Amino acid sequence: MRTLTFLLQKEFRQIFRDPAILRIIFIMPIIQLILLPFAADYEVKNINLSVIDHDHSSYSQRLISKMTASGYFRLTDYSDSYPKAMQAVERDRADIVVTIPAHFERDLVKDNQAKIMLEANAINGVKAGLGTGYAAQIIGDFNREVRENWIVMPTFNEMPMIEVVTANWYNPGIDYHLFIVPGILVVLVTMVGSFLAAMNIVKEKEMGTIEQINVTPMKKYQFLLGKLIPFWVLGLISLAIGLVVAFVIFGILPVGSYLTIFGFAMVYLLAVLGIGLLVSTFADTQQQATLISFFFMMIFILLSGLYTPVESMPTWAQYIAWANPVSHFVTVIRAIVIKGSGFVDILPQLFTVLGFAVFFNALAIWNYRKTA
Amino acid sequence: MRQFIAFVKKEFYHILRDRRTLLFMFGLPVVQILLFGFALSNEIKNAGIAILDHSKDDATQLLIDRMDASRYFTIVRNLHSDTEIEDVFRKGQAKMVIVFPPNFQDELLHTNAAQVQLVADATDTNTAITISNYASAIIRDYQDELLDNRQLPYAIKIETRMLYNPQLKSAFNFVPGVMAMVLMLLSALLTSVAIVREKEMGTMEILLVSPMKPLLVVLTKAIPYLFFSFINVIIILLLSVFVLGMPINGSLILLLLECLLFILTSLSLGLLISSATNSQQVAMFISLVGLMMPTIIFSGFMFPIENMPIPLQIISNVIPAKWFYIIVKSVMIKGLGIGAIWKETLILVGMTVFLMGISVARFKVRLE
Repeated sequence: MRTLTFLLQKEFRQIFRDPAILRIIFIMPIIQLILLPFAADYEVKNINLSVIDHDHSSYSQRLISKMTASGYFRLTDYSDSYPKAMQAVERDRADIVVTIPAHFERDLVKDNQAKIMLEANAINGVKAGLGTGYAAQIIGDFNREVRENWIVMPTFNEMPMIEVVTANWYNPGIDYHLFIVPGILVVLVTMVGSFLAAMNIVKEKEMGTIEQINVTPMKKYQFLLGKLIPFWVLGLISLAIGLVVAFVIFGILPVGSYLTIFGFAMVYLLAVLGIGLLVSTFADTQQQATLISFFFMMIFILLSGLYTPVESMPTWAQYIAWANPVSHFVTVIRAIVIKGSGFVDILPQLFTVLGFAVFFNALAIWNYRKTA
Repeated sequence: MRQFIAFVKKEFYHILRDRRTLLFMFGLPVVQILLFGFALSNEIKNAGIAILDHSKDDATQLLIDRMDASRYFTIVRNLHSDTEIEDVFRKGQAKMVIVFPPNFQDELLHTNAAQVQLVADATDTNTAITISNYASAIIRDYQDELLDNRQLPYAIKIETRMLYNPQLKSAFNFVPGVMAMVLMLLSALLTSVAIVREKEMGTMEILLVSPMKPLLVVLTKAIPYLFFSFINVIIILLLSVFVLGMPINGSLILLLLECLLFILTSLSLGLLISSATNSQQVAMFISLVGLMMPTIIFSGFMFPIENMPIPLQIISNVIPAKWFYIIVKSVMIKGLGIGAIWKETLILVGMTVFLMGISVARFKVRLE
């Protein structure tokens, strides 16, 4: 126990005397949290609209202004021919081309049926899908208005109609920040934990100071604990800073309790630090440690469900996502912050991550050699 | 010239003998392409939904079966009371609950008006909207069948066509971005670290006192990375065409030339970083934070630039990856020629010349 106390003293001194590490711990989270959510805005809006209006009728005008007034679309191009509209798509000036055919109004009123063409630049599939969805919704609304103009709707439906009522729980205003900020917080804590822990031991290897430690009677687990605890504390501190930033800048207050977040984070950080320690037992140079951690961190973050939902992944990727501590924390922190889930709700994830923590740390202790 | 070749050879040996870095160099692009191509998509598949059926009649059963049969949804739980909705969401078991009020079929058949409630967990906003849209479409199909194809008056029919990417594969968006990311990482990060390592180890001094021109010494360091980066371009293109089924609609030669140009831009950035620093740590940090992050954020493949606040949009213009991303998208997917991308190409050429100029000017023959 006394050995551990001395070791911890040494580690903390080392950290607090290295201004670079302190800067990374305190400034990086703030900058990332402020910058990333503004940049990482996946909300589909500002869809550039190119309109080809062959009809030039009052109806086509009404439809166009209805679309631009919706807030989703910006009218950036008003062409008179199809090739010109296609050129706008090629130059990325238009995302969706709406073609209103000639005699649109007349067909609609006289023949009871008219057509509208929607063409989307589908290189970005999400934008194309949601964009045409919004457009179809607006056209549907317009359709209803037209119908109501022409016929007095009977109070009693003539035909069976199912009314679909949708409700968006927890985030009725569809605020994207509420979704992305907690996720970015997780990435942040993960990076601080794993990168710094991995670099720390490798630095001792590179500098040769690890020899001095290896010749002491200290046990392997004591050495690794001495490395683990300081970064565990730092990880929790950066999480606290991140939560403050989330509140001050984005006004995000967890619906659930801070206690639950920190309770989970304590176990989670053990798992992440275990991975960092494991990497450091494999790498010989800081360059290798960075590249290895970068490589795995990238896979972990991309497959965490932070940006794309885990359920959309193929089965093999879902297995990887399950074996990925980051994805569990992303799920949990969102559940706590947005939905107010309590300890009981997150127990399955908690035990899974606890399992990872034991596994990776045991592996790190086993793989660490005191002999050169 | 013989000297030059000898130096280049030495650099190749350096790289080929460092197994772990080599693995990273070729493993990274392959893993990234496969991840982005197969694993990452926003497409909704088998989203878990729960059913709260107060009615339990033929009509609701039919609708429930249709939901379960569609590839978008899997029914994970049947609820019995409203209070359970909260529980399902909090445990994260389902993304949406479909609520049928009592007497659904009776009302539908007798009063011709029935109601269905779609309660979505809007934690993930885009997924929530998409799921509600899909479920509404399934319900609307059912309703249309009930109408027995009777034509509604004053109907506007919408025809939708998806250009370039009819199956809405996410790879189309990601592959050009991954290319920018990988090339930036290899050319800028590895080159700068390789040069700075010689400084750190003290071997730079030996190189500088050799009869080689100092500037050539640095150039020989860049050539192997140019070579390996180009191989990576070919690997990425092969994978995207033969594994991901992506087209190369434009001219392949133009595409390769543009890639070469971007590699040169990245290399000159790497040279600039190496001339500014003396430690591997700092070089690595600048590369990762100063180059990788902006490349990921501002190239437009992960995050839509048009949604960013204006200051960020302005910053995005100085990021080479943004222009490269536009070029690759235009040539590879849209099949456009140089006529459409000469502006972007010129910008990249300008950046390369500028960066090269600075790093040559800053290059020091003497060690401090």
